[in-house]
Amino acid sequence: MNIINKLTAKKDLRDMTPSEVMLRKARTHKGFKFGLGLLLVIAFLGFIAPLFISVSPFEQDLSMRLLPPAWVDGGTWQHWLGTDGNGRDYLIRILYGARISMTIGLGAACVGMLIGVTLGIIAGFFGGWVDQVVNYILTCQLALPGLLLAMTIVFLVGPSILVVIVVIGALHWTLFLVVARAATKRIRSLDYVTAAQAIGASKFQIMTRDVLPNLKNQIIVIFTLEVGVAILSEASLSFLGVGIQPPTPSWGLLIAEGKDALFYQPWLIILPGIALFLLVLSINMMGDGIRDITDPESNIE
Amino acid sequence: MLRFIMNRLLVVIAVALTLSVVAFFLLNIAIDPAQAIAGEEANFLEIEQVRERYGFDRPIAVRYLEWFSGLLQGDFGTSYYWNKPVYQLILERIPETLTLALMSLSVTVLVAIPLGCAAALKPNTMIDRFALGIAVSAQAIPNFWLGLMLIILLAVIYPIFPVSGDKTLYHFILPSLVLGTSSVPPVMRLMRTGLLEVMNADYIRTARSKGYFGWKLLIRHSLRNALLPVVSVLAVQLGHKFGGSVITESVFAINGLGRLALESILGADIPTVQILVFIFAFTFLALNLFADILNVYLDPRLRK
Repeated sequence: MNIINKLTAKKDLRDMTPSEVMLRKARTHKGFKFGLGLLLVIAFLGFIAPLFISVSPFEQDLSMRLLPPAWVDGGTWQHWLGTDGNGRDYLIRILYGARISMTIGLGAACVGMLIGVTLGIIAGFFGGWVDQVVNYILTCQLALPGLLLAMTIVFLVGPSILVVIVVIGALHWTLFLVVARAATKRIRSLDYVTAAQAIGASKFQIMTRDVLPNLKNQIIVIFTLEVGVAILSEASLSFLGVGIQPPTPSWGLLIAEGKDALFYQPWLIILPGIALFLLVLSINMMGDGIRDITDPESNIE
Repeated sequence: MLRFIMNRLLVVIAVALTLSVVAFFLLNIAIDPAQAIAGEEANFLEIEQVRERYGFDRPIAVRYLEWFSGLLQGDFGTSYYWNKPVYQLILERIPETLTLALMSLSVTVLVAIPLGCAAALKPNTMIDRFALGIAVSAQAIPNFWLGLMLIILLAVIYPIFPVSGDKTLYHFILPSLVLGTSSVPPVMRLMRTGLLEVMNADYIRTARSKGYFGWKLLIRHSLRNALLPVVSVLAVQLGHKFGGSVITESVFAINGLGRLALESILGADIPTVQILVFIFAFTFLALNLFADILNVYLDPRLRK
């Protein structure tokens, strides 16, 4: 009986369209489900929940400075996660921090994707000396100390959210390039590309209409992982004082501000760090999950 | 072999040259060096005076050539911020960064390689899942936060280690744990997949059939080949450790190159920053070249 069930299940799989197979893989992939769920919760807390809270993340109350979280001695339920050194509610600041992190992560990954995928498709499509030039640019980029350069440029140009997004994005495109180039090289020798050439499609048309859509899955995986990397970069920059500037509540900045109270109010550091860890963890698990799901070779299970 | 090294060396030199141009132009266009020296409050006249005195009124290409020829002769320029020759600043700080980089690399090796081996020898077991969990967590944890957590736990609550500083090797233990952790995921994953691949190879089956098993098989037959890619990745990771020292050194107040970089950036000290960018990039390139050569040396199949 068991064997028959298994056989019929396999037959079902053969009748399914690729998107149905993917959906089924997604439903059974534990890491993906966990990552996506956690990410949705964080996104809800960051973007929707603050709309229902009337407290401002910038409102100071110096009589309520450095309160611990509510469940610790000395905390009040008026401030669930306590207050910071300026008497600002820590819960609302951490919630707003999710917005900053996600905005910058998505924005920077978009910038990186734009640079990397463009260069990758061009290098993979034309090959030859174009490929070698792109490869040289790649070698240069890999050798540059990214964080140091990002710090310098952001500091010199003047820190703002937009500058941070562009700088982090401009320094994180190498993975996009490598993946897009390899896939383009493979695709350009396929029959449908030759067919498109035969009916007179221009190179630009082939690159955008025939090659690009087929890179989608691989690019989504890299994109997800790069969002995580970009979020950590932003936090590092803000922690070092050369990223998001006060009073904007960025998690890296909250940790930097809490550092002065390290010895007596460690939760000022612990809480935003946990938030940061959970956000990046959820994104990475989702990225790993998407890789498994979109890989046609992977098993359904 | 010699030709391979020569070719690679040429690429390294070309890239280093390009990067020196990029670093110089980027930093000298993004900020007005005369303004940086004169300070925020300086008026137009003062800035112009500084510009003339330091020669900033000449074309940037001329200044670059002057800077680069100085670099080749060992003249790294003078820091505006510290009022010292840059090479002296850097020489003073190298030992701390080198100690940190080497100690954190040892942490990576000691954690990632045994864990990767254990995961590969018993795939899909508790050990494998545990190793994967470590890798996933280490990838998501912010480096500076891990440092602060270790300080809170192991220096404040349980005062086993000093909070910060760089006086003795003992001071370097916590920072090395932090910096070492960041390289654990890639090294461990590579060790695991490499060993899994090797364990399925024909010659391992032959060795098995001859009666080798367990540790003896691992050390004498499989590990040797699986370690090849790991060795070159470790060299690359060592390069990352120099560049990545900025965060760890500022968390633990270690007076190394990373902290020098942060302080120079905050002081808008262009001469120091551009040399540091160049040094970090050059170290990375040199270590990469070293890794490539080492790989060819260790793997006779790559020699032609």
